[in-house]
Amino acid sequence: MAEFRMVSTSGLLVYGFPEASLKACLARDPHMIGVDGGSTDPGPYYLGSGKPLNSRMAMKRDIRLMLMGAVSHRIPLVIGSCGGAGGAPHLALTVDIVREIAREEGLHFKLAVIEAEQPKQRVIEQFRAGLIRPLRNAPDLDEAALDRANRIVGMMGPEPFMEALDAGADVVLAGRSSDPAPWAGAAIRAGLPPAPAWYAGKMLECGATPSIPKGHDCLIATVRPDSVEVEPLNPIRRCTPLSVANHSLHENASPCLHVEPGGQLDTTDCVFDAVSDRAVRISGMRWTPQPYTVKLEGTAFVGYRAITICGTRDPMLIGRFESFTAQVRQAVAEKVQAFDISPDRYQVVFRVYGQSGVMGEGEFVRDAQPHELGILVEAIADTQEIANAVLAIARVSLLHTDFPGRLCREGNMAFPFSPSDIEIAPLYRFSVFHTVSPQSATALFPIAYEVL
Amino acid sequence: MARIADLAKVCKSKNAGPFELTIDVVFEDRATFDRVAATGVLGPALFSRLYGVSENEVLFTPYPAGNAFKATIPRRIPSGDVGDTDIYGAQQHAPLLDVDIPV
Repeated sequence: MAEFRMVSTSGLLVYGFPEASLKACLARDPHMIGVDGGSTDPGPYYLGSGKPLNSRMAMKRDIRLMLMGAVSHRIPLVIGSCGGAGGAPHLALTVDIVREIAREEGLHFKLAVIEAEQPKQRVIEQFRAGLIRPLRNAPDLDEAALDRANRIVGMMGPEPFMEALDAGADVVLAGRSSDPAPWAGAAIRAGLPPAPAWYAGKMLECGATPSIPKGHDCLIATVRPDSVEVEPLNPIRRCTPLSVANHSLHENASPCLHVEPGGQLDTTDCVFDAVSDRAVRISGMRWTPQPYTVKLEGTAFVGYRAITICGTRDPMLIGRFESFTAQVRQAVAEKVQAFDISPDRYQVVFRVYGQSGVMGEGEFVRDAQPHELGILVEAIADTQEIANAVLAIARVSLLHTDFPGRLCREGNMAFPFSPSDIEIAPLYRFSVFHTVSPQSATALFPIAYEVL
Repeated sequence: MARIADLAKVCKSKNAGPFELTIDVVFEDRATFDRVAATGVLGPALFSRLYGVSENEVLFTPYPAGNAFKATIPRRIPSGDVGDTDIYGAQQHAPLLDVDIPV
């Protein structure tokens, strides 16, 4: 095919986009519409808990417009990393929304659902077979650590999307996917070379982000054998050679070398030409095939949590805050010991805003003289009851611990809320961030079809 | 001499996955990029010093196509792990702002 046109509605499903932008994109007769549904960026909680990052309401609004547009134009709608983390519950939620919209709007289509959650036992077998390798700066992994993982997803490449489209799917909903994979898959399947196909996916995965001014909006990409052209169709935005070049910096370790399932996209020698005052053509990208690997992302449960927020306006306390928190820690340790709870069952974390709340131990300003400090106290424990008990002691100790030169004898802290102590959702951590060598690019990602 | 805060068009940080932080400094035009590059101030040694990581942990890439420099370093605490202060890694750019560039 000489030319393949693809639309992305926004940088993330749920960001929302102007309906007029989608209409303008559809007027260009695109061959497919896609959107990226997720990322690891909001942290490990969403994969760990199975919850979506964003609201069902926002998901339904965006999917409805995309579905109506795709079905009426008879082009595929493809969504990767459904529900955020792309595990089984995240995908199921998205499937549920699509079925609901189909019912409400009387739409009929063939739906493909591609699972990305990996059975733990199979991952352990892959580990035993030496098929699993760590990514840079990944945590150490052994069988015990794998066994503690509560959910593991594999990040699919373009091939499962291509298989679903080959099977005649009109709508493809996939679990965890490489962000560009829905578009790369559609373009490769249409006969275009992997280099421009992947490059187009790299641009489209973020919606209109490669344009200026930045905003949540639609982008159309035209893939040709030796180039990609990108354009935002909202008249308030435009792509410039620099805005497109700089998009390669976004959330990547390198702006030039992008490792993907089955190869590496090299953008070192890309040339960016303005086609108009709002469209840019990119050429010179290269694709080097590599042995096929699939990224695995997994989480483990760490503990139950409770937090409290308070602040101090007392200069004497602010002047000696570090030794004060040491006193508070000591008081907490003694009192919790009295409950017969051993120190390895809980942790207390202080974040001190106005001092090091944003950069933690990396804060380089050491001599600041703030007039107030905000303190976020977090207790993490292996039961909710212990977390609550530890937090309550920490709160009381912050409020009432005496210190040399203390004038504020009724209390050291201002608490803005009653209740002061807040149970929050459990803490998970990313415990698996590895690759596996699969038997084939589609072997780990089963597809189910249904006709709606 | 000029501070990066005065000289750069963009100075930002963000996760590159949950275990790495990537920091970008972007300049307005190629001439400014070239003058900054010629000073040699922006390099692995600077990021090593500012972020307390060893030099060989800094993946440093000058990116002339975008008038930009990129450095990727391991996160001190992985995103969302115990004690993390910045899940998205979006506010870890400040150490760069006051760096003087002799242009």
